[in-house]
Amino acid sequence: MTTETRSIAVTVNGMRHEREVEVRLTLADLLRHRLGLTGTHIGCEHGVCGACTVLCNGQSVRACLMLAVQADGKEVSTVEGLAPDAQHLHPLQQAFSSHHGLQCGFCTPGILMTLVEFLRENPAPTEAEVRVALSGNLCRCTGYQGIVAAALDAAQRMRAAGQA
Amino acid sequence: MTASVFGQPVTRREDGDLLRGKGRFVDDISLPGMLEAAFVRSPFAHATIRGIDKTAALALPGVHAVYTLQDFMPHLVTERLVVGLPSKSYKQDRNRPVLANDETVHVGEAVAIVVADNRYIAEDAAALVEVDYEALPAASDCREALAAEAPLVHRNAPHNLLAEFAMAYGDVDAAFANAPHVFRESLFQHRGGSHSIECRGAVAAHDAVEDRLTLWSSTQMPHAAQRLLCDLLGRDENRVRVVAPDLGGGFGPKLIFYPEDAAVALAALLLARPVKWIEDRREHFVATTQERDQYWEVEIAVDGDARILGIRGDLIHDHGAYTARGVNLPHNSAETVPLQYEVPNYRMNIRVALTNKVPVTPVRGAGHPQGTFVMERLLDRVARELKLDRAEVRRRNLIPAASMPYTTKLKARGGLPVVLDSGDYPACQDDALTRAGWHDFAARQQAARAAGRYLGIGLANYCKGTGRGPFESATVRVAPSGKVHVYSGAVAMGQGTRTMLAQVVAEQFGGALDNVTVTLGDSAAIAMGIGGSNSRQSVLAGSSAHLAAITVRKKVLKIAAHLLEAPEAELEFVGDSVRVRNSADRFVTLGEIARSVAGTAGYSLPPDVTPGLEASEHLVIDDMAHANGTVVAEVEVDIETGAVKILKFTGVHDCGRIINPLLVEGQILGGTAHGLGNALFEWMGYDENAQPVTTNYGEYLLMTATEMPHIDNFYRETPSPLNPLGVKGVGECGVVPVTAAIASAIEDALSPFGVIIAHAPIFPARLAAMIAQARGVKFGAAATDGAG
Repeated sequence: MTTETRSIAVTVNGMRHEREVEVRLTLADLLRHRLGLTGTHIGCEHGVCGACTVLCNGQSVRACLMLAVQADGKEVSTVEGLAPDAQHLHPLQQAFSSHHGLQCGFCTPGILMTLVEFLRENPAPTEAEVRVALSGNLCRCTGYQGIVAAALDAAQRMRAAGQA
Repeated sequence: MTASVFGQPVTRREDGDLLRGKGRFVDDISLPGMLEAAFVRSPFAHATIRGIDKTAALALPGVHAVYTLQDFMPHLVTERLVVGLPSKSYKQDRNRPVLANDETVHVGEAVAIVVADNRYIAEDAAALVEVDYEALPAASDCREALAAEAPLVHRNAPHNLLAEFAMAYGDVDAAFANAPHVFRESLFQHRGGSHSIECRGAVAAHDAVEDRLTLWSSTQMPHAAQRLLCDLLGRDENRVRVVAPDLGGGFGPKLIFYPEDAAVALAALLLARPVKWIEDRREHFVATTQERDQYWEVEIAVDGDARILGIRGDLIHDHGAYTARGVNLPHNSAETVPLQYEVPNYRMNIRVALTNKVPVTPVRGAGHPQGTFVMERLLDRVARELKLDRAEVRRRNLIPAASMPYTTKLKARGGLPVVLDSGDYPACQDDALTRAGWHDFAARQQAARAAGRYLGIGLANYCKGTGRGPFESATVRVAPSGKVHVYSGAVAMGQGTRTMLAQVVAEQFGGALDNVTVTLGDSAAIAMGIGGSNSRQSVLAGSSAHLAAITVRKKVLKIAAHLLEAPEAELEFVGDSVRVRNSADRFVTLGEIARSVAGTAGYSLPPDVTPGLEASEHLVIDDMAHANGTVVAEVEVDIETGAVKILKFTGVHDCGRIINPLLVEGQILGGTAHGLGNALFEWMGYDENAQPVTTNYGEYLLMTATEMPHIDNFYRETPSPLNPLGVKGVGECGVVPVTAAIASAIEDALSPFGVIIAHAPIFPARLAAMIAQARGVKFGAAATDGAG
């Protein structure tokens, strides 16, 4: 039952935020409830479902298992920073819509961030590799088939556009 | 210019916001002054509550209130959530209390609500609430719960029998007495929870200006929730609004109204502050309704040609501690057993047992997968005993297309006869067998066995009533802005319901999808609504929206003809306008048409038209549109580890006319994945004291992308004659036949050892033990799966 607080500075999607936070505040709750970035979702709070996946200094992390103070001085990327502008979507986002890779959309932000990191490391994956990359994210709606198709399609588009 | 959008794979209007992280789920709601709640939950499966001491919790800084049922009582008309579907079969009323009072009957039952500045403090304080429990014996296994000496689930109850009924027709005992062949099976089936990735949640706020209570709840049924809140609180309907925001999946349990919904609403009223509660995953395991155990003792009688003479048996169904919905699950299961086959005589005796566990209510499929498993297991048994091809046994017994519509002797839960409206079941099966390579599988199997690999193939047919009536509401309104607004009591849980309704309505307005808005899940937006369940929304909301759109379209054309001084037959819709065909400059916008009938004081309306441009429909369809299909699974079983690998999974589904192939495929894929989880992985476990033993995702396994095979689906479109769109529901179809097909395939793979699959889920450890036993070799650890 601690109320100890600490000052932190976190850069999220390129914008620097300074906040006084309780040391027990999770990164997910910092993003969602202190910074208003509610695109990062919480599905299990024990690090299995992957809905809260964000990138911290470019590496995927579970925002439910990381404390906000641990992100002090770091660069965090969330789903809100993915699309280039209000008119355009990131190729992954576009592919998810084209391939019906989302239904309720709750797990989607975590899956998108997982795949952003994955496609950066493996721009030309096989279907099996995509499935392994997705195995840390739970989706109850889609059976993953549309997600896998979207990831493969996006990878191909990103290679063609030189984005990967 | 006019384009058809009905039947097209248009991408979803829901996607943009969801992909950008701009969805509006219940936990995304943040209101000024909002407090957050946590619940004190029972750690005992059964206990007397002798007292509750709130002192320490209330002393914690940041805590605003701790409420028990006693605190709420002065503000409640009734302390019980009266939600059970009517049935004459009940032996006792077991409606849930708003909070447990002096007795708790399952682990996770809400005992008190703590409201604090934030959830962290609320959870701290919840741990400080001292509840004086005196543990009582608990009933865990639903069969043992029905024994005379069993511990009572409710200490004041006469017994643990919640309900008893039979589903029967014909003279089944006479059919068995003279039957050439009778085969008996003891089957156990378990299904787990829904596990929407978004847990439940509720935000309540009282608007003092309008004296209106608003509850945003992750509910599939906001209108029912509004009615219950009015009943509980004694408030008028226009003083209570319930809104379902974006739902992160539903899958059944979110159709239930929960104690937490009521407690959060009461807390917001008493504190005059908005209050939010968001369920965590552990709570989801112990407080959100689930499906669980069914034990079946069944017999099938067949003649020498494998034609069914009768089926009879007994079903014991685990109901949990309270009635949160009704006896519809075992009813569905028993109705499903004979549904698409010619079964001349049938009797299933059903006993519904109370247990000290989370209440059981429908999860996607709602009892149909279990009934399908029972029937398909029986048919596989017949094939094995009579040395016939499994598909051939089914073909001889499926109801032929020529018999459609086919009035069965079954009764739906409301008492009406079950009528199969349309479909060609034998052709569907043939189609699936061909596409799955059934006929040349024996060669593949032989080649694999020569290489020491055990391949098997299995099939299952299903038939699923969809579109449960009596109606769903829809209003279509053309506004002065020129937009076509659609309102419905339907609720979107992720299926793309808004896109579906936009397609249905836009079809009547030139296909201009972008000019259609769809508002769902808001009790203030439309007076009546039933909501999302029973694969019903395309059938009922779709049909009502279709009829309302036609009515509005006719009126639009009539007014446009007057304004443009042209015959209606020469008019066409282009974008947000109506124009005279081939005359680009002779047009009038929908906005102008709407304004012409919106009324201007002192000026007449156009001749022969009534005010406004809207229509509402509540098309009543009591009979259900029956979807059907056949799936074929090809698996490989590792006989050392019991691991099951799905090599190929093929489905042929007939869900009537397809509004959007993309969405239909999505529904089938999701249902199939859910079914595979039920077949192989998902187990909501309890020990003998009814303590849950699977309360995280390390213990409760959901399908992941690496376990999920690629699914090949094909579609037949037999229009349902029951609704003007010819559609059938699809939301639950995918899940229904899966466990049955997987069991059939595993049994086939292991036929050299004679391993029989009578329990589901089929865990690797248990399967490995069964294989070892059949081979006469030693196997280390016996499986634990609660099947007893």
